[in-house]
Amino acid sequence: MSIVSALKGDLPQQARSLYRQLLRTGDKFQAYNFREYAKRRTRDAFRESKGVEDPRQIQDLIQKGLKDLEIMKVRTAFLAGIARQTVVSQFYQIDRLVVEGGMSGKQKGSSGDRARQKDTGWD
Amino acid sequence: MANVATTALRRASRLGLKQSITTAPLRQSPHLPRLPATTISRTSRRSYVSETKRGNAQVNVETAIRLDKSNFMNEKGELVMPGSASALSAAGSPVAGVLKEAKLLDEGQRPIYLDMQATTPVDPRVLDAMLPFFVGVYGNPHSRTHAYGWESEKAVEDARSHVANLIGADPKEIIFTSGATESNNMSIKGVARFFGRSGKKKHIVTSQTEHKCVLDSCRHLQDEGFEITYLPVQSSGLIDMQQLEAAIRPDTALVSIMAVNNEIGVIQPIEEIGKLCRQKGVFFHTDAAQAVGKIPLDVNAMNIDLMSISSHKIYGPKGIGACYVRRRPRVRIDPIISGGGQERGLRSGTIAPPLVVGFGEACRIAKEDMGYDSKYIKSLSDRLLKGLLAMEHTSQNGDPNHFYPGCVNVSFAYVEGESLLMALKDIALSSGSACTSASLEPSYVLRALGNSDESAHSSIRFGIGRFTSEQEIDYVLKAVQERVTFLRELSPLWELVQEGIDLNTIEWSQH
Repeated sequence: MSIVSALKGDLPQQARSLYRQLLRTGDKFQAYNFREYAKRRTRDAFRESKGVEDPRQIQDLIQKGLKDLEIMKVRTAFLAGIARQTVVSQFYQIDRLVVEGGMSGKQKGSSGDRARQKDTGWD
Repeated sequence: MANVATTALRRASRLGLKQSITTAPLRQSPHLPRLPATTISRTSRRSYVSETKRGNAQVNVETAIRLDKSNFMNEKGELVMPGSASALSAAGSPVAGVLKEAKLLDEGQRPIYLDMQATTPVDPRVLDAMLPFFVGVYGNPHSRTHAYGWESEKAVEDARSHVANLIGADPKEIIFTSGATESNNMSIKGVARFFGRSGKKKHIVTSQTEHKCVLDSCRHLQDEGFEITYLPVQSSGLIDMQQLEAAIRPDTALVSIMAVNNEIGVIQPIEEIGKLCRQKGVFFHTDAAQAVGKIPLDVNAMNIDLMSISSHKIYGPKGIGACYVRRRPRVRIDPIISGGGQERGLRSGTIAPPLVVGFGEACRIAKEDMGYDSKYIKSLSDRLLKGLLAMEHTSQNGDPNHFYPGCVNVSFAYVEGESLLMALKDIALSSGSACTSASLEPSYVLRALGNSDESAHSSIRFGIGRFTSEQEIDYVLKAVQERVTFLRELSPLWELVQEGIDLNTIEWSQH
């Protein structure tokens, strides 16, 4: 809630700020699947409500916060939830998924660095 | 170092082997016409037409199984938390601790989760709703004398209305249980015992592809003197409505058919079954653990009298579920658990507010996001299915038109399912339900469809959910294609098939 009330500027600016905050907070998820979901959900939700023109409606959506960001499909409860849950998820770190390496600069052994892989299926 | 040495050894031995084969006098030319298939078993000597290509029998290093590094579980079975534990253990040298951590975070080893029919991760929003009830709001919801009880009770009632809302029921018709298994037991045994008491209703109809807990409850009732009809299913996995109609007798108390199958994802015609049961005056129970929150369900439009719901299949916490019990016309049940008379006396015992609240929140999210989620899951499922069926000798199990897209069951012919699962260690998959995954028996569901033992053995279930990413599906597709090809290259049967020999015509000699 406090995150939303801290938004400044005119409506498009507020919406953009909210969008950025959602993405940024969502990116803090420790678990790969939740992180990807939060980013995808935010993007899709904002894309879906791109057509909302009425400034009052948008203002209501942003300022009412908790009640109904329904048309933007992003509830502030979700936002607040992310903010708290990302912190919680950082307490309980579990190892990464096999797919994650590709994005986080894993060493593949291509340019002289160590390859931490072993071919299996033989023993 | 040892790894390098063994690899070199293997290479050397393979080269040696290859040479000995090429110099062998018995080797036939690849273009020599084959003998007719039936005579093969009699000529005891069988030589290869084409040798396995060198590159084919090797695992691609890029997606090779990397689980043999340090595991995310230590020997004692405790989770290894890279953030906290390693820094403490390496107290002597801080650099070692940093290095250890860097290695763990450098590249993941945790398998991709693709078994959403077994269970699903808890949605962060659900956990967020649950946490206050673990911390401050700890009242017993049945305490009527103080504020602690009232606040818990209010939260539980809100959750109950979310659950009811998802299936179009009245909140009073929702009974919280420990999960779908308990709900199934409660419904089947409860109705049978209540109506069997008079001795008039002694018959239950169910299907062969039901979940184990339904089948086992029925078997238990059989010992108590009830008669059970296990309806066969068609090869698509759907039940035949005419057969069902013929199976219902005047003394039938209950029909129990699951909504979505847990192994093949087939959606049964619930609405038609409900209509038929209402018309015949028989109670209709459906095990909707895999269906609730994933496909639209309405207990009134579908004439469902009893329904089992599970929380941990819809991104809620484990250990909680619900049973829908219709009030008008009233379904009478003989309770299994007796006690303080909570939950309309049907399921006594204090209910767990944190779990119930999480369950309610999960239902609310499922209702709100059902359209969005099912669209997304459908797109992933289409992508996966298209890729898998593009491989040769693969087939989908179950009706391709009436199935829940989040459950994709595919048979890979000439590959042993368990060995494929072992080769796919970096993907968490299952060949059937989690309850039977410990045994090597072929799935009874696939057998009921009329699949052969071999086909049932070579089937794998892919479960897609809300948190599956597109990148994961691509990884899985690539990995499955590589490993299936690898395993088939090892298989002598596959070689016979490549030569165009029908395996059924071979007379295997007995040893």
